[in-house]
Amino acid sequence: MTCQNNIKFMQGNEAVAEAAILAGVRFFAGYPITPATEIAEILARKMPLVDGVFLQMEDEIASMAAVIGASMAGVKAMTSTSGPGFTLKQENLGYAAIVEIPCVVVDVQRGGPSTGLPTLPAQGDVMQARWGTHGDHPIVVLSPATVAEAFDLTVQAINLSELLRTPVILLSDAVVGHIREKVEIPSADSLKLIERKITNKSPEQYQPYVAGEDGVPEFAYRGKGYRYHITSNIHDEAGFPATNNHEVADSLLRRLHAKIDYYKDELTFYKEEQCADAEFLIIAYGCVARSAKEAVHDLRKEGIKAGLLQLQTLWPFPAEIVQKYCAGVKKVIVPEMNLGQLINEVKLNALNKDVIGVNRVDGRMITPQEIAEKVKEVK
Amino acid sequence: MRKEIVLSGFGGQGLVLGGIILAEAAVLYQGKQATHTQSYGPEARGGASKSEVIISDEEVNYPEIDCPDIFLAMTQDALNKYGEAVKKESIVIIDTEYVTDLSVLKDIKRIYQFPITEISKRETGKALSANIVALGIIVGLTGVVEKDNLEKAVLKRVPPATKEMNLKALNAGFELAQKTN
Repeated sequence: MTCQNNIKFMQGNEAVAEAAILAGVRFFAGYPITPATEIAEILARKMPLVDGVFLQMEDEIASMAAVIGASMAGVKAMTSTSGPGFTLKQENLGYAAIVEIPCVVVDVQRGGPSTGLPTLPAQGDVMQARWGTHGDHPIVVLSPATVAEAFDLTVQAINLSELLRTPVILLSDAVVGHIREKVEIPSADSLKLIERKITNKSPEQYQPYVAGEDGVPEFAYRGKGYRYHITSNIHDEAGFPATNNHEVADSLLRRLHAKIDYYKDELTFYKEEQCADAEFLIIAYGCVARSAKEAVHDLRKEGIKAGLLQLQTLWPFPAEIVQKYCAGVKKVIVPEMNLGQLINEVKLNALNKDVIGVNRVDGRMITPQEIAEKVKEVK
Repeated sequence: MRKEIVLSGFGGQGLVLGGIILAEAAVLYQGKQATHTQSYGPEARGGASKSEVIISDEEVNYPEIDCPDIFLAMTQDALNKYGEAVKKESIVIIDTEYVTDLSVLKDIKRIYQFPITEISKRETGKALSANIVALGIIVGLTGVVEKDNLEKAVLKRVPPATKEMNLKALNAGFELAQKTN
């Protein structure tokens, strides 16, 4: 077999960087942190080659601000970090959500809290990704389990941020970020890319926060005659503060959520493995889905009907999908590298089935054996 | 077929690159699936370091290695730290220049001892290519990938000016292993 050009052997973090370039990201601002550093390192080298901008900022707060600023100017923009840096980005993430500026934040999770286990994997940021910034904000969170998924979901994250004009989080982890494996990189022209909707209204007619049927407002490039106000206060359709107007507040907040709901089918990604006749459903995401898949194969060899529902979209939580897959099973097992975060969402949607966690927080991957043992224990 | 290979030694012996080359030989040239992971901690900056490769006909899900099929130890520290995971049927390859005490390897039948770094210095004038000598030995002993494919993977990864040197190192390791087997 000869070496095909589009087959690569690369790290998850490399795949994220490759995908960002191919999906049209042309601005990256960040601050290095293990285990996400390779993304910044590679983009520092590649951005100038595509006339993009790479900025190493003084910290994570500033890099998030720079990313939002670049996107306000009309450029697809991204940053990457790990848990401690992700915390620092939260304030500006809320800003991006309410002013509806597309951006992508990659969080390659490591053990926490705080500096925790700097080089080791964890899944402790699941709730931070959802609720890290304050207020009733919308957010989309995607989580890859393989290098190939790291590539695909990075493209999707960028597309969804443009489609929805909202921040999207790629929630990776130290295993997926650093593992090297095979990935097929599609050619640039075969990738389906989504660009934010640009207004065709004149500068005189344009109102920055008038939304279409889908709840997403049209974007206008500054410097082309359009002058408009952007504020993180509750604002009206013209973009001006309306902080004492209850009706405006209500309709803005509800619209921010409605636009995510409108595109629910486009942003819900999952995979299944031997679920058709499964009696024991394992629900997993990120690197743990790898162990869970192996556990399903091992259990099936022993005649135990196990199946895997791998969630690639964590937020908005795919409640209907989980309900559908839980319907026919006896018990549900949720392995996570935290002490139980997504399991609570599963419990709400498991149709009163028993939901049992397998949890590990010592910086080591949950093994297929641990998951299989738990299935046998509760059987 | 599924083979789990651990390359261990000292940070700086090129074992991370060695692991990547072996995995690329499998994925890019032999049509196999493979994963590569590396120990990533303070020890990578001078202490024991570890590079793990799994080569398989099927997709590799769980990427960690509990008991390697093939275990390379290029330093005593690495052998002491990782050697206990080795199982009876494992193939163990030792660099005698740095490893003298094999007491951690109990009941292991297939232990191959070569002066790997010495061979590298003799063949290329440099200790630097010891990782490639080791790859030659691994492939010569086990056939985990075909030699041609290993050659292609080496040539893809090493700097152009060192191609000849690295091929020499690879061949030296490979031939030595063939004679031994």
